[in-house]
Amino acid sequence: MIRIEGLNKSFGKLHVLKNINLEIEKGKITAIIGPNGSGKTTLIKIILGLMKPDSGKIFVDNKDISKEVEYKNHIGSMPQIARFPENLRVVELINMLNDLRAGKNGVDKELFDSYNLNNELNKMMRTLSGGTRQRVNAALAFMFQPDILILDEPTAGLDPISSSKLKDKILKEQKKEKTVIITSHIMSDIEELAENLIFILEGKIIYNGTVKGLIEDKGKINLERTIASLMESNGK
Amino acid sequence: MNTILKIIKYELRDVIRSKWILIYFAFLFLITEGMFQFSGSSSKVLLSMINIVLILIPIITISYGIIYMYSSREFTEMLLAQPIKRKTLYTGLYSGLALPLSLAYLGGVGIPFIIHGVDESGQFTVLLILLMSGVALSFVFTSLAVLISLSSDDKVKGLGIGIFVWLFMAVVYDGALLFGSYLLSEYPLEKPMLGMTMLNPIDLARVLLMLKFDMSALMGYTGAVFKKFFGSPYGMLLSSGMLMLWIIVPYLIGKRIFVRKDF
Repeated sequence: MIRIEGLNKSFGKLHVLKNINLEIEKGKITAIIGPNGSGKTTLIKIILGLMKPDSGKIFVDNKDISKEVEYKNHIGSMPQIARFPENLRVVELINMLNDLRAGKNGVDKELFDSYNLNNELNKMMRTLSGGTRQRVNAALAFMFQPDILILDEPTAGLDPISSSKLKDKILKEQKKEKTVIITSHIMSDIEELAENLIFILEGKIIYNGTVKGLIEDKGKINLERTIASLMESNGK
Repeated sequence: MNTILKIIKYELRDVIRSKWILIYFAFLFLITEGMFQFSGSSSKVLLSMINIVLILIPIITISYGIIYMYSSREFTEMLLAQPIKRKTLYTGLYSGLALPLSLAYLGGVGIPFIIHGVDESGQFTVLLILLMSGVALSFVFTSLAVLISLSSDDKVKGLGIGIFVWLFMAVVYDGALLFGSYLLSEYPLEKPMLGMTMLNPIDLARVLLMLKFDMSALMGYTGAVFKKFFGSPYGMLLSSGMLMLWIIVPYLIGKRIFVRKDF
């Protein structure tokens, strides 16, 4: 479980996250959505410890993340833009991460194998195509069998086959009681995957509840229409 | 500690694969070896190496350090998402940069001296000081490079600041000092000059080297004052201490920035 209390973050004059209070349920898939620049990626980067909040606290399994780094052993993340050390081979990157993480659960190569990445093992990261990088990015998030998966726009840049494989994998992991946080602009993906939904607009939480609940509440046919009407009613 | 070594290991692989560090080593090696071939006496080689050390090490270290820090941003971000403390990561990144640069220097200049030897045993201390001050300068300018690259997210601006810092310390500072002493030539300036010299790491290394070569006589009365001060154990200790400060202070400021930085 991830608990966020009174989180604030500004970049200069821009107040990106405004007093965010959240609880992300264990063992469920939670989608974070919002227009570009609403603070989704900032929120994720703060949970991952890449950015430091101005105020507020985050607890992962009731442990304050500002005090320790141990919790990152239990998180697998897929950043929006795959940024890798370019002079390393794929196999070296995997070995490096395995070496640096206290991987007690062993390695899960299911997604890696289904993406046929074994042929790319000896290639340098900089020589990989955009799609292959994104597949490596996805496979790495699952590789060390983390309890929490944080996926920032995972299906962007993937072809339909890779994207479906990824979604199958996400659902499979969720059945193993893993917590998944996902952001996306593709509403059909979210409807397909997520149970809970957090809607952020200009750094504030507008909705926090179940996906079904929101659609029924607004009386629309699908999530896309629901979100559109929600944005309109908020003056966007 | 274990994690620091792991980070250094992976960074070293990256640094060596980029080949620049090997070119730096080969360059220093060829210059030193070439001088032995042309001049034949180790004292002349030592003398020529002073200027190489004082000019080349700072500019190469600071520009390579800054470029490396920007281009390894991905490496840093990836490691930050792993269970590694930021302080540990910083120490690892710094060492992974300062160590290969120092080793390339030690090897490039040291190996020809091992091959050819020194003419008199007295020159051995000079060689030792040459090697030590070169390593110290490598660390000083690595600290500055890391600090500069963390202070600005703009690559071009960072490199610009780096080159400006080098230009200021290697050229402008001495010029200004000379001009100042010319304007104020009526006054006894030895003490203030001593103080000003202490504030520039390149000057500190230069004075340490010059005095070992007994060239202070060329510098007149000021040279005598300098020799008296820097030649004494107290002066040696103080100037080495100042060089250490030049390593530690930017290193610590950089660490403070790194621990709080948003990636």
